[in-house]
Amino acid sequence: MIDRDQVVHVARLARLELGEDEVGALADELSSILDHVDRLLAVDTEGVEPTTHVVPLENVLRDDVPGEELTPEQALASAPSTEDGAFLVPSPKTEG
Amino acid sequence: MAGEPLGGLSACATGEAIGSGELDGAECLAFWAERAGDETLNAYLCTDQGDAGQRIAGAPVAVKDIFCTEGLPTTAGSRILEGYVPPFDATAVNRLRATGLPILGKTNMDEFAMGSSNENSAYGPVLNPWDRTRVPGGSSGGSAAAVAAGAAPWALGTDTGGSIRQPAALCGIVGLKPTYGAVSRFGMIAFASSLDQCGTFGHSVADAAELLSVVEGLDPRDSTSTGIPGGLSRPTASDLEGITIGVPRDFLEVGVEQGVADRFAEALETVERLGGTIRNIELPHAELGISAYYVIAPAEASTNLSRYDGVRYGLRVPADSLVEMYERTRGEGFGPEVKRRIMLGTYALSSGYYDQYYGTAQKVRTLIVRDFEAAFSEVDLIATPTTPGVAFGLGAKTSDPWSMYLNDLFTVPMSLAGIPAISIPAGLAEPPEGGPELPVGLQLAAPAFAEQALIESAHALEAAIGFDQRPEGGGNS
Repeated sequence: MIDRDQVVHVARLARLELGEDEVGALADELSSILDHVDRLLAVDTEGVEPTTHVVPLENVLRDDVPGEELTPEQALASAPSTEDGAFLVPSPKTEG
Repeated sequence: MAGEPLGGLSACATGEAIGSGELDGAECLAFWAERAGDETLNAYLCTDQGDAGQRIAGAPVAVKDIFCTEGLPTTAGSRILEGYVPPFDATAVNRLRATGLPILGKTNMDEFAMGSSNENSAYGPVLNPWDRTRVPGGSSGGSAAAVAAGAAPWALGTDTGGSIRQPAALCGIVGLKPTYGAVSRFGMIAFASSLDQCGTFGHSVADAAELLSVVEGLDPRDSTSTGIPGGLSRPTASDLEGITIGVPRDFLEVGVEQGVADRFAEALETVERLGGTIRNIELPHAELGISAYYVIAPAEASTNLSRYDGVRYGLRVPADSLVEMYERTRGEGFGPEVKRRIMLGTYALSSGYYDQYYGTAQKVRTLIVRDFEAAFSEVDLIATPTTPGVAFGLGAKTSDPWSMYLNDLFTVPMSLAGIPAISIPAGLAEPPEGGPELPVGLQLAAPAFAEQALIESAHALEAAIGFDQRPEGGGNS
């Protein structure tokens, strides 16, 4: 069961602005989904290793040499706001 | 489509005809570009005329809008990427271009591949070409509908929990999801990285396999890529002699529509008629797949989607502070299902819940992997219906997320285990509420990297089932 306060808390962790109506709907929907998901908790998983990767792979390494990469201009071309070859963002300071 | 030589040609045969000089590549591309441009199912988000003078060696490909395409808009079905034009190609796209297969256009999809009906696209749902009041499935619904409607010869999609196999089933075509790692994920916009896999759509097993053989392969840009050892060759099997196919009867007990159950039973009879053996198997943890999936996939999505922050690309909603800018951009840019999954994943990974949810789900995933290993020690392939039901009506399942998620009940376990699976048409069935008959899919699954064995048996079964129906009127009304 997830209440509105928890929804607001998790939304803050996820950096998501939610409307009042969304908070209420998500509290109901997430609670309902977790009711189904909670079936997992009844499974005997004693001594079972969690899956980390489904296909057996050794560490994959490569030589540390530069490849063909984007130019700074290409990397900045899609940005909403740039200045002097950098991404421009609002000040982090005004956050209370 | 009937009577039109190009539209009736398989994608493989089209490539051969271009190779031998019987067919002009540019003419072929123009034919399909017109088909793609005329389609009225909302299957394409944009179409491409290609570059003059490009080498054309085969039939053009419709590409799900989740693959980055240099110079062509790439949105992943989301407002947050509206207008984004990537400066690079995904490796899969790069391989198409290098092989001389032009990009026909980018296909509509559920936002960030989260959905089973295409109703979660920010650009409107795709309609099912068999019945425009119904969904085509998802998340690769645009790719499936385009191929089914004759608006593309073949297509690329991605499958995280069923997003190729389910829409292929609902649209009456072939959808092939290879082993995890077979195709590079570089430039394929990430949803759930331990599950996401590129795959293919076609009208035949041979077409789907041929397209997979073009895009599969090891890629230094994706350290989890492996390719398919030994590659793939065109399937030639005409019987199932010596092949044992397992059927998880207990798993299939839950709510399969009668029409789907009937077509499935007939398909199993066809297996035996072709000399194959049917054996009952157990996958005791498979029914927990959806529950495990809806912890693992949202958890991975919540981290993957943290990159949409209004800084480097995509939407920015202005605000006075940085954090407010993040929150508003993401609040406006993401649709309801994506928000739901980010919230679910963030919750499942948050302090105090991580072990309870994510840890437990990954252990249950191990149990599902073991179920498959045990089954494949006795059988060569596993068969299930691809979906519990035929295509449902637009809006029929949008109010209850869990009922929507259950569409992927039979496809999710294979994704969790990373094994290859294919959906082929098994015939048509009347929906439970009555009305015109709709396609039913048969799913076959194989052990990791056993793609060749999978497509051989699927090819033999496909020929014996002989499904050759196409939607009336298709996508060009």
